[in-house]
Amino acid sequence: IVSTFNNYNDLYPDWTQREVSTGTTIMAVEFEGGVVIGADSRTTTGAYIANRVTDKLTPIHERIFCCRSGSAADTQAIADAVTYQLGFHSIELDEAPLVQTAASLFREMCYRYREELMAGIIVAGWDPRRGGQVYTVPVGGMMTRQPVSVGGSGSSYIYGYVDSNYRAGMSKEECLKFTAEALTLAMERDGSSGGVVRLAVISEQGVERQVILGNQLPKFSTV
Amino acid sequence: MSEELFPEPEWLSEEVKTGTTIIAVTFDGGVVLGSDSRVSAGESVVNRVMNKLSPLHDKIYCALSGSAADAQTIAEIVNYQLDCIKHEEDDPLVCSAATLVKNISYKYKEELSAHLIVAGWDRKKGGQVYATLNGLLSRQPFAIGGSGSFYINGFVDAEYRKNMTKRESQEFVVNALTLAMGRDGSSGGVAYVVTIDKDGAEEKCVLGNELPKFFDE
Repeated sequence: IVSTFNNYNDLYPDWTQREVSTGTTIMAVEFEGGVVIGADSRTTTGAYIANRVTDKLTPIHERIFCCRSGSAADTQAIADAVTYQLGFHSIELDEAPLVQTAASLFREMCYRYREELMAGIIVAGWDPRRGGQVYTVPVGGMMTRQPVSVGGSGSSYIYGYVDSNYRAGMSKEECLKFTAEALTLAMERDGSSGGVVRLAVISEQGVERQVILGNQLPKFSTV
Repeated sequence: MSEELFPEPEWLSEEVKTGTTIIAVTFDGGVVLGSDSRVSAGESVVNRVMNKLSPLHDKIYCALSGSAADAQTIAEIVNYQLDCIKHEEDDPLVCSAATLVKNISYKYKEELSAHLIVAGWDRKKGGQVYATLNGLLSRQPFAIGGSGSFYINGFVDAEYRKNMTKRESQEFVVNALTLAMGRDGSSGGVAYVVTIDKDGAEEKCVLGNELPKFFDE
C-alpha cells in the first residue's frame, strides 16, 4: 500500500469503468429485547461518490432487516429475492418468520452463486421465539450467529475497537452509542465509508430509525 | 481490480511480507514502543519470538515492519550513522535519527519496502514519535504500522488521550497489540514493549498468557 498525493489515474476518470460498490461499514449488535443495526451512507463508483445518503439498512420483513455491503447491484437483487421468498413463506406459515429463516435464505443464495456474487450481508431482527438475533453472511456464503458483527471495507479498522468495547448485556442506549461510535471511527479511516450514520432499533415494539448527520457525529481526541 | 490503463507490475505484489503490528505512543516525559513477535512467510511462522524493536541509540528505538531484511538493514545503517555523531554531541535528537531513516527510505523507495516508526527521548523536545512510511517524515502523537495495524485504527483513534501517564501508555500499547494480534493472522506471539524516558530505555516482554483478554476469549 503506497501513500500518494496524486494518482496516475486522475488523467482518466476511472469511475466510468468501475462497478458501483457499497464500500461500506455496517454493524449489528444484539441486546436484551432486540437488535441495533447501523451503516454509513456512501456508495462509490471508483473514486466518485454516486450516492452520499444511501440507505443500506434494507427491510426484509416487518422485524427483520439486512445490512448490505459489497456490490450494490448484487445486494439489492439478493435482498429483493429474499424479501419475496420470506413474504411468501410467512403467508404460508401465517405467523412472523424467524430471523434464522431469513438468514438461511440469504445464505442459500450467496453460497449457490458465490462465484458470480460479491455480497457481504448482516441479517438482524427480532422474532417472538428467540428475541433479538444477528446473523452474518459474509462473502463466500457462510452463515453464523454472533452477538455483534461488523462488515464492509471499513470494518477492518474497527475490529480492535469492537473487541475491546463490546460487553454482553448492554442496554439499548448503550448499544446505540457503541454502534454510532464504531461507525464514526470507521468512517474517519475508510475512504469508501462516509456521509451520515443510519441507525435502527428492532424489537418487539417494532422498528425505530434514526439518522446522525455529519456534524452531530461523536468526536474523538485525534480526529 | 487494478486499472487496465496502468497495470501494476507483478513483482510489486509478490514481495515477502512479514506481517506485523507495531505501535509507538508519546506520553508526558517519554515514549512507549510496542511490537508483536511473529515473522511469517506465507502460512508458516518462521520466527515466533522476534524482537522488532531495534535500538538506534541509547534513548532512540525504531519499530520494524514490512520486509524484515530491508527494515533490519535500515536500522543497522542508521545505528552506525548515529554512532558516528555520538562523539560530537551527547544525545542525538530523535528528529535526526528519524531524518536519517527517512533519507534511506526515500532514496531507495523503489527497492525497499519497510516502514519504520522511530521514537525516543531527547533533551530538546522530550518524547517524540516519527512515522517514516515510504519516505515521508511525519511527527505524530502516536503511530501504528504493519498489517495488524488496520484492525486497531478505530481502537487507537478512540482510546488515545494526550498526556497519559507512563503506566497508562504501556497499558494502551499492550491492549492495542493484543487486539491486533487477535485479528491479524500475520501478527502474534509475545508482545515486546520498550519504554524510553530521560532515565533511559527499559525493555519488557509480555508473554502470551499474560496478555489481556477481550470479550470473545
